[in-house]
Amino acid sequence: MDTQEYVLMKGNEAIAHAAVRCGCDGYFGYPITPQSEVLETLALLKPWETTGMVVMQAESELAAINMLYGGGGSGKRVMTSSSSPGVALMQEGISYMAACEIPALIVNVQRGGPGLGTIQPGQCDYKQATVGGGNGDYQVIVLAPNSVQEMADFVDEAFRLAFKYRMPAMILSDGVIGQMMERVKLPEMKPRRSEQDIFAECPWATNGINLKKRKNNTLSSLESDPIIMDERNKQMQLKYKRITETETRAEAIMCDDAEYLLVGFGCMSRMAEEAMHILRNEGYKVGLFRPITLWPFPEKELREAAKNTERILVCELNAGQMLRDVEVAVKFNIPCYHYGRMGGVVPDPSEIIDAFHNL
Amino acid sequence: MTREELILPENLVSSRPALMNEAPMHYCPGCSHGMVHKIIAEVIEEMQLEERTIGVCPVGCAVFAYRYLDIDWQEAAHGRAPAVATALKRLWSDRLVFTYQGDGDLACIGTCETIHALNRGEKITIIFINNAIYGMTGGQMAPTTLVGMKTATCPYGRDVELHGYPLNITDLAVNLEGTAFVSRQSVHTVAAARKAKRAIRQAFENSMNGIGSNLVEIVSTCSSGWKTDPAKANEWMEENMFKHYKLGDLKTV
Repeated sequence: MDTQEYVLMKGNEAIAHAAVRCGCDGYFGYPITPQSEVLETLALLKPWETTGMVVMQAESELAAINMLYGGGGSGKRVMTSSSSPGVALMQEGISYMAACEIPALIVNVQRGGPGLGTIQPGQCDYKQATVGGGNGDYQVIVLAPNSVQEMADFVDEAFRLAFKYRMPAMILSDGVIGQMMERVKLPEMKPRRSEQDIFAECPWATNGINLKKRKNNTLSSLESDPIIMDERNKQMQLKYKRITETETRAEAIMCDDAEYLLVGFGCMSRMAEEAMHILRNEGYKVGLFRPITLWPFPEKELREAAKNTERILVCELNAGQMLRDVEVAVKFNIPCYHYGRMGGVVPDPSEIIDAFHNL
Repeated sequence: MTREELILPENLVSSRPALMNEAPMHYCPGCSHGMVHKIIAEVIEEMQLEERTIGVCPVGCAVFAYRYLDIDWQEAAHGRAPAVATALKRLWSDRLVFTYQGDGDLACIGTCETIHALNRGEKITIIFINNAIYGMTGGQMAPTTLVGMKTATCPYGRDVELHGYPLNITDLAVNLEGTAFVSRQSVHTVAAARKAKRAIRQAFENSMNGIGSNLVEIVSTCSSGWKTDPAKANEWMEENMFKHYKLGDLKTV
C-alpha cells in the first residue's frame, strides 16, 4: 500500500533518505561541495539507531572508496557520494571493484572542472563515468537522474543493478539536481538483509559465513597468469555486452513527429524540455530525448526517437562529451550539433533556443 | 630411527595448521612471512574463528597471502587495507577483521589510512611486517630502511639528507588514543615466535572484544632484498634492526 506522502527537499537530502529506506547497510563519504548534504542528512537521521545502517565520515575519498571495496566485497549494500574532484580520486578504487566484480553505489553530484574547478554545477565527468575512469577495460552502470524524485528512486535501483551484475553502479547527478528542492515521494521502508539473505544473494562474498562448508572466498584483482587474466577480462566484457543489450533506459518526449531533437541528460534535460515546449509553440516540431542510463547508452531508443529527425542538438554542461555517443547511436546519418556551457554556468532555456535557431 | 618410523603419526611434533593449505609458497627461503602466516592460522583455529574471520592482504610480497590460508580474504589496493578493514568490521561487528601489511604498504603509501584507522580505534588488528625494504618490487628503499642501509634506490646507503629518516610508525601508534595494544615482535627463533604468537592472540582477542585498535609489528628478514643468506639475515636483523626497532609490548590497555 502506498503510504508515502510528498515532501519537499533537496536532491542530496533525498539520496540520504532513500538510502536509509532501501536497506542500505553503510555509507562512507568525505565532505565536498555541492553534495555534503548527503552525509549531513544521514548524520542527522542517525540510521544506526534504527535500521542499523553504518554512517561514516572517512579520512579521504580514497579511504571512502576502499571502504566500499571492503563492504561491497562482503556482500553488504554500501554507498558513497562525492563531487567531481573527489570522484576523480576514487577512480583507482572503482577500477579495483570492477575487477573484483564488487557491487556498490557511487553518487557523483558533478561540479565544473577540470582540477578543483568550481563548486557550481557541471556535467563534465560524463566521459570519466561512461568509459571507466580508472585503469583497465571496465564499465560502471551509470544512471542520470533529472529530478529530486529520481535521486530518491535511483538509489534502490542502482543497488539492484549493481548486485544483479556484480559491479559498481553510479548515480551521475549534478549540482543543480543535488541542490534544488522539489517535491518527492520517498520510497517505502525496506528492511536490511539478514546474514542468510546476504549469503544466498552473494555466495562469492568475503564474510566467513559457512566457511567450513564451502571453499574460502577471495577477492583479488591480481592474476599473474596472462591466459587466466585474458579470460577474466573476456567474461567481464560478455557481462557488459549483456547489460548493453538489456538495461538501457531513456525518456522520449514528443519525439514521434519530431523533425528536430534536443538531447540532454540530468539538469540539462530540464532546460531542454522547457526550450522544446517554447519551440513547439513557435511551430517547430521539436522532441526531447533524455538518456537515463548513460552507460549503457540507449542507442536503439535514440535511433527510434530520431527516426523522423533532420537535426539533433545535444545540450550539456560540458564541451561535448556525450556528442560522440549520440552520433554513433544514429550512425552518423543525422547531423548532430552541440550546445554546452562550462565552468559552472547553467544556461537559461532561451540560450538553448538561440542555439537551436543558429543551427 | 628409520625414515618409516620417523613419519609415523605418533612421532609428529609439528604440523601445518588445518587452515593452511598445501599451495607452495612464493616466499623466499628464510623469509619471515611463512612463520607469521602459520601463527595467524594457529590463533584463528585456537579461537575457533574460522567462520568469523575476514583477512585483508596488501600489495607487496604478501599480496598472495590469500593463497595460503583458507579463510575469506580481500586483496586491497596498495596501502588501503586499513580502510577496507574499517568498513568490514563496522559492517560485521562480530567478525575478526585483520590486515596483513608490509612496510611500504602500511608506512608509506598507506600512512594516512593506517594512522586514521588506528586513531579512530577501529576494532581491528593490523599485522605489520617490517623488513625495511620493498621485497616484491626487488629491494628498493622503504620508509623503514635504516640509515646507511643499501637498497636498489639508495645504492650508497640511506642518507638522511637525501632520503630522510626511517619512519617508526609503531612508536607513533603508541601515542594514538585509539590504539589498545601495540607490540613489536620477531619470529626468527622459537622463543621469539612464541612471543609473537602471544601478541597476535592478544590483538585478536581485543578485536573480538571490541577493545581499541591493535597493531603488531613483526620485525622481519628479507634475505633476498638484503642480499644475504637466511642465517646471516637473522644475525643482521638482531644486530641492526633491533637497535632501531625495539622488541616488546609497547602499549597495553
